Amino acid sequence: MSTPAALAIRGLTKEYLPGKPVLRGVSLAIGSGGLTAIIGASGTGKSTLIRCINRLVEPTSGSIEFEGRDLVKLDRRQLREARRTIGMVFQEYNLVERLSVMENLLCGRLGYVPAWKAWLRRYPAADIDRAFELLDVVGLSGFEHRRADGLSGGQRQRVGIARAVMQNPRLLLADEPTSSLDPRTSVDIMQLLSHLGESLGVPVIVNMHDVDLARRFAARIIGMAEGSIIYDGSPEGLTDERLRAIYGGEDWLG
Amino acid sequence: MARLAFARRPWVALGWVALASYIVFAAQRLDFSVERFVVGLDNAQRFLGRMFPPEILQADSMVRGLTESLEIAILASCAGIAFSLPLGVLAARNLMPAWVSWPARSVVALCRSFHPVIVAILFVKAVGFGALAGILTLTVASVGFIGKLFAEAIEEISLKQVEAVRATGAPFASVLAYGVLPQVMSRFVGFATYQVDSNLRNSTMVGIVGAGGIGSTLFAAFQRFDYSFVCAILIAIIAMIMVGESLARVVRSILGIDARRSDA
Amino acid sequence: MPEPYSPAAGARAWHRHSRSERLARLMLTLAVLAAVLASVRSVEVIPEFLLDAPEQVQDLLVRMWPINVGFYPSGVHDALVDTLHIATLGTLIAVALALPVGVLSARNLIRNRLINLAARLILVATRSVNSLIWALLFVAIFGPGALAGTLAIACRSIGFVGKLVGEALEEADPGPIEALHAAGAPWLSVLSQGYWPQLAPTFWSVLLLRWDINIRESSVLGLVGAGGVGMALDTALNLFQWTRVSLILLSIFVIVILAEIIVTQIRKRIL
Repeated sequence: MSTPAALAIRGLTKEYLPGKPVLRGVSLAIGSGGLTAIIGASGTGKSTLIRCINRLVEPTSGSIEFEGRDLVKLDRRQLREARRTIGMVFQEYNLVERLSVMENLLCGRLGYVPAWKAWLRRYPAADIDRAFELLDVVGLSGFEHRRADGLSGGQRQRVGIARAVMQNPRLLLADEPTSSLDPRTSVDIMQLLSHLGESLGVPVIVNMHDVDLARRFAARIIGMAEGSIIYDGSPEGLTDERLRAIYGGEDWLG
Repeated sequence: MARLAFARRPWVALGWVALASYIVFAAQRLDFSVERFVVGLDNAQRFLGRMFPPEILQADSMVRGLTESLEIAILASCAGIAFSLPLGVLAARNLMPAWVSWPARSVVALCRSFHPVIVAILFVKAVGFGALAGILTLTVASVGFIGKLFAEAIEEISLKQVEAVRATGAPFASVLAYGVLPQVMSRFVGFATYQVDSNLRNSTMVGIVGAGGIGSTLFAAFQRFDYSFVCAILIAIIAMIMVGESLARVVRSILGIDARRSDA
Repeated sequence: MPEPYSPAAGARAWHRHSRSERLARLMLTLAVLAAVLASVRSVEVIPEFLLDAPEQVQDLLVRMWPINVGFYPSGVHDALVDTLHIATLGTLIAVALALPVGVLSARNLIRNRLINLAARLILVATRSVNSLIWALLFVAIFGPGALAGTLAIACRSIGFVGKLVGEALEEADPGPIEALHAAGAPWLSVLSQGYWPQLAPTFWSVLLLRWDINIRESSVLGLVGAGGVGMALDTALNLFQWTRVSLILLSIFVIVILAEIIVTQIRKRIL
């Protein structure tokens, strides 16, 4: 890559229990655009990797360079500022169930709006406009007053994605965004992520366990096994043999 | 049929026997006897005769007492709610580190430890007779009740929702406002309205020990054997509380809270 | 349902609450503020008393220390045990009476609106009056002692238990009930097989909760002569024997904590 990496991870290690690292010195550079998929068996550290980036999980050692700063070294206030620019989509949507769709979307602006204004729901008109725009983009026009717990899984994930995009992020993370959805909705969600990433011009990193989905939407696939990266390349280069190495076992290959 | 049921679970029969023997034992220890009860019933009949019809013997004293009780309940509830909101958040172990939650929980536990009457006696000694002692007493009682239940409610929330709000870079106050409070607000309002109701009831009795309200009027009436006045006051108290319960329902509907599980 | 927003000059507005909701909330806030202000103005606070409060409290604490533990066996123990019995017996009597009244108040069980109303009235009346006031009444009728206290506890608890029982019954799942009716089961069987299994967890929970509260309540009834450790407290207060007062307060604190522990343990096992 001739352009400098937007996100540069070096030697990232995470040990939940001392002596049993879940991430072993992972190093990775993500360019300024495109969708990168991380695949691997459960427990190999892909979720941990993604969550270390915005420090929802604290890394044990290593560095994560994003926009000229090492995220691992930031203090609480700086971390909050950095998190504003990193949008995250969760496997279980993690919407605030009792709030309306609009309020959930506006959560994306909480890093930018003073707390008292957020409490009183006084957001700048530009934010409200953007929210309505995004509702149209994700196909949920007219849903702004609905309570989040009244939506289907696919609809909730769309709100989750819209919330992340409301942050005007410069990086989009998605931790198994389709694992709780049916195959058809999963494709819709991946399309949305891919499309938004492109139109915003930001890199998208997605954790997933559906290899076909990864092949279809990702420009780059990273395969992890036992805390290390063992494949890093294009979807075409993902042979059966390599998949076996990533996931182990034969039967599921079909 | 009953025989079969007991044969299947002999310990159920045993349970009933144990219960019956306890009742006999305790009644004896407390010096109950059938004749005392019968004499008492006889008394009760005469008593009821003296209570009815109810008479308002001292209207201004009664009105003053009732309004004072109302005021005590209102102010104690406001102060209690205002204090227990932050205290409950501080006492939540899933949000706060131990050095914050532990003292907060201790304060809440201390507030719950003693019956409001005892607390009232202590406050009367500290700030003198009158409504202030009553207000302080019921504020303490409110903090103890709402604070504990609120902290427990917060400890039961889904942290995933909180995590998502934190991931947007929101400051702590916003994380609270958007991630924590929406999950517990309806329960908080439930506890708060329950406590307002409880304060209204307790405000009628702290007067017995001098902490203001209709309690002192009632006590004085008892001591003067003005039982018809006692009856009138009791009816007024019951009416006041019933009105309070209806108002609570209205408030809950205005705030949009499900009033499914109500309270006694 | 919130009113739809009104688009203005191309921009779409959003409000969390509809206009009518906002109005109602505003009125509620104003009403509460008015009530608070009125109360603050009319409550008499004598500044001298307020100012020497810290001194008074300090004086009190000094007098209450050291705690007169020696007084416990002769003066407190028996009364404390009496308090436990008052609370337990009172709760048991209340439950025995609250079940039928609660059943009568459930609108899906008893269709007669008059009976429902009467039952509800009984429940409201008994729980609106504090157990201390009931104690005053029963002391006047039955004379001072534990009998008055037990009846006072029972009376107050009937309303509490009965209301929650009634509500639980009204929220019962009609499915099993319909099945039993369809099978031609007699009314008593419908109660015991259809309603009771659904009611049971709530019932035990309410029972334990009320018993816990009653321990606390029973300990102060003696202040008006209704038996238990409150009588020892009353005597000590009247004679200004503050070290005995602190002992009694400590003992009350201990049994309340013990009761809470017992209740938590039982809850863990059966609920």
